[in-house]
Amino acid sequence: MSGNTSNHQGWPYNLKTEAGEPYVIPQYEPQNGVLRWIESRLPIGGLLFGTAVSFPTPRNLNYWWTFGGILSFMLVVQIITGIVLVMHFTPHVDMAFNSVEAIMRDVNYGWLLRYLHANGASMFFVAVYIHMFRGMYYGSYKAPREILWILGVIIYLLMMATGFLGYTLPWGQMSFWGATVITNFFSAIPIVGESVVTWLWGGYGIGNPTLQRFFSLHYLLPFVIAGVVILHIWALHVVGQNNPTGVEPRTVKDVVPFTPYATVKDMFFMCVFCVVFAWFAFYIPNYLGHPDNYIPANPGVTPTHIVPEWYYLPFYAILRSIPDKLAGVCALFGSILLLAFLPWLDTSKVKSATYRPLYRQFFWIFVATCFVLGWLGSKPAEGGYVLASRVLTAWYFIHLLVVLPILGFVETPKALPNSISESVLKKGSVAALVALVIGLAATFGMTNSASAQDHAPNPPAVKWSFSGPFGKYDRGQLQRGFKVYREVCQACHSLSLVSFRNLAEKGGPEFSIAQAEAVAAEYKVKAEPDDNGDVNDRPARLADRFPAPFANEQAARASNGGAYPPDMSVLAKARGYERGFPLFIADIFTQYQEGGPDYLVAVLTGYENPPAGFKLPSASSFYNKYFPGHAIGMPKPLSDGQVEYGDGAPATVDQYSKDVTAFLMWAAEPHLEARKRLGLQVLAFLIILSGLLYFTKKKVWNDVHA
Amino acid sequence: MTTMSSDGHSRRDFLFIATGTVAAVGGAATLVPLVAQMNPDASTIAAGAPIEVDLTPITEGQAIKVFWRGKPIYISHRTKKEIEEAQKVSLADLPDPQTDAQRVKKGHDQWLVLVGICTHLGCIPIAHQGDYDGFFCPCHGSQYDTSGRIRRGPAPLNLAVPPYEFVSDSKIKIG
Repeated sequence: MSGNTSNHQGWPYNLKTEAGEPYVIPQYEPQNGVLRWIESRLPIGGLLFGTAVSFPTPRNLNYWWTFGGILSFMLVVQIITGIVLVMHFTPHVDMAFNSVEAIMRDVNYGWLLRYLHANGASMFFVAVYIHMFRGMYYGSYKAPREILWILGVIIYLLMMATGFLGYTLPWGQMSFWGATVITNFFSAIPIVGESVVTWLWGGYGIGNPTLQRFFSLHYLLPFVIAGVVILHIWALHVVGQNNPTGVEPRTVKDVVPFTPYATVKDMFFMCVFCVVFAWFAFYIPNYLGHPDNYIPANPGVTPTHIVPEWYYLPFYAILRSIPDKLAGVCALFGSILLLAFLPWLDTSKVKSATYRPLYRQFFWIFVATCFVLGWLGSKPAEGGYVLASRVLTAWYFIHLLVVLPILGFVETPKALPNSISESVLKKGSVAALVALVIGLAATFGMTNSASAQDHAPNPPAVKWSFSGPFGKYDRGQLQRGFKVYREVCQACHSLSLVSFRNLAEKGGPEFSIAQAEAVAAEYKVKAEPDDNGDVNDRPARLADRFPAPFANEQAARASNGGAYPPDMSVLAKARGYERGFPLFIADIFTQYQEGGPDYLVAVLTGYENPPAGFKLPSASSFYNKYFPGHAIGMPKPLSDGQVEYGDGAPATVDQYSKDVTAFLMWAAEPHLEARKRLGLQVLAFLIILSGLLYFTKKKVWNDVHA
Repeated sequence: MTTMSSDGHSRRDFLFIATGTVAAVGGAATLVPLVAQMNPDASTIAAGAPIEVDLTPITEGQAIKVFWRGKPIYISHRTKKEIEEAQKVSLADLPDPQTDAQRVKKGHDQWLVLVGICTHLGCIPIAHQGDYDGFFCPCHGSQYDTSGRIRRGPAPLNLAVPPYEFVSDSKIKIG
């Protein structure tokens, strides 16, 4: 540190002491000979001290300023969970989906790591959007912070690329078709577009080469992000933090040292943020995902409604609002790139919206525009939705290109305070924070509201023993459901990801080992080749998976009138239905995750005579009230009295449906009980720690506020 | 800049220590899943279940290799000569003293079942080779006798005997 002391006089704001002398920021003093020896060779202690301890930070920062720290934390969470997931993931089109399922089922705490990573991506974007809107509200991009802001836009772009690449890796239907749509953006490039797309794919379509390179890049980009984050933080420490007044600190009275003041405040709010994160990861881990992504990728069938992850929705709406391919893609990229030019598009000399009455209103209109665009992005591209998307897309660009430049000239700002310490700020931020969090939550939910159901009625809600924070499977019900599966479903549907040993594992039907072994022995699986090279059948063992009823898809179709009975291993998570407003918001708080099971019960019990005027498309289809399009290929599978229960439960279609669905929910989510149990412990811990950190923060800040 | 005043020290210290302790406990707890995930997963453990081997096709003087938990297991049908050699060695000559009887199942002297992994650095020794008519490790020259005991070379211990039992006279269950 000794070499550049002069740079640190008053750095970063040219601070003065109260007497008007240049203020010298405290320097790192190595405490002993060893540290001095290191410091004179590698001044890392001074670097860290100057960055994280003595760095002067404006004393009036509100909680919106804690999101920078939260973002760094989330980047670390994503990198750690990601590196761990890579240890178990197989980037191959034939194995990717099943390796992710193996993580969910077999790897120790694999379900936790994957749910943290998947929901962590969403939390990362929640934090980055709050961080960006905060920068826009307080004019943080203005001189001298232009490069700081542009680096931020670059990080955001890299995050979007990383998120997209990561979403393709589980190789589900949404992975595959999302990758198809996004890579096709580049086909809009004139002349060379097609060649570029072929180059991106490494083939004539999305395939194994695509998956492997996406995997490689998904691993690379987070480290690029980390590199740009270092530049971002470096730039921040040169120009210093903006603050809610937008008035630069002048004297030492305007600032506090980063540690302990900002450190403890950041930690407190990070902990609060983790409560929200844990709520999603432990209780509603699939809320932000799409049921379709639990269907293995199928290059032959596009899902009826392709929707990107929630954090891309506003840009997706911009893309779709423009009827020309090239122009649409340009608008999408332009809408993001324009943000990098904000320092020059905004012509006002005043930074903070607090002192800009007109801008403040336009800012909130802009926020609303982004939210509504997000909602529109989740809706089908038809009718009024398209019109609304066009109007709002136009407004998005008008705001950035016309309103911002003009406002600087026509607006009369309010009088700015002379200094930070003189300013008295209203404490409206908490209410605004709550409003924004609810708004973001609402945007999340839109992703769920997007599966086209061809106007089938909503399935009735069934009361499940496994719903809610304390939910547990009903062992008797799982055992009965398994009986229904074996005696009815199994004739056509495979259960290929479930092993016989699972039947005896904790948190499931909990058969005894002997029972599970007896079940296994009734099935035949292929043995290893014998000494003559012949492959014979042998009885299955606990380690084996349930064998499929048909040798391949063709055989299955041939036996089922052309229809392919889907594998049932993750079926309960691969189905759902549109919840609609405002239910999807309430679902976050009620932890509703049973859309799949409710739908399955509805379909199993939804066979009726077709209403007058409804024509079934073929003789091998059947009318079902809840099936999308109403024509289902599966004949009514259950009838009263078909399966004998030994435990006195009613032998009715209604009961069978619920039991087999509960069994399938367990098959799809075998660690549900462990997840909810751990979730409760984690939440309790985080709430206690948040409380402690809150009081610690109050104590630390006591002198500043006094 | 503001500095902290010194009043109310003890109450403040208690709060800081309590907060730090709780945070440290939480940080340590997050290591549990990160460490546990590297242990064998449930399918690997299930695949490591015991296996049964039929001994009838193994002729006298023949040694076969089967795999259990990914490890090569030697099953050697020893000749009279090999058994005698193994039994008459004086324990004093052995770096890792063990009688032959301790390494086979009572009444099944002809069957030697070994984990075929050299106790030096994990290579697979070759059966029926070396100066002791037992196993010879080509990597670093360790030599084992007809009971799989280390006789010469850098390996410190005898070849391990896996857990196994005779289900019948001609069938064993390993694991």
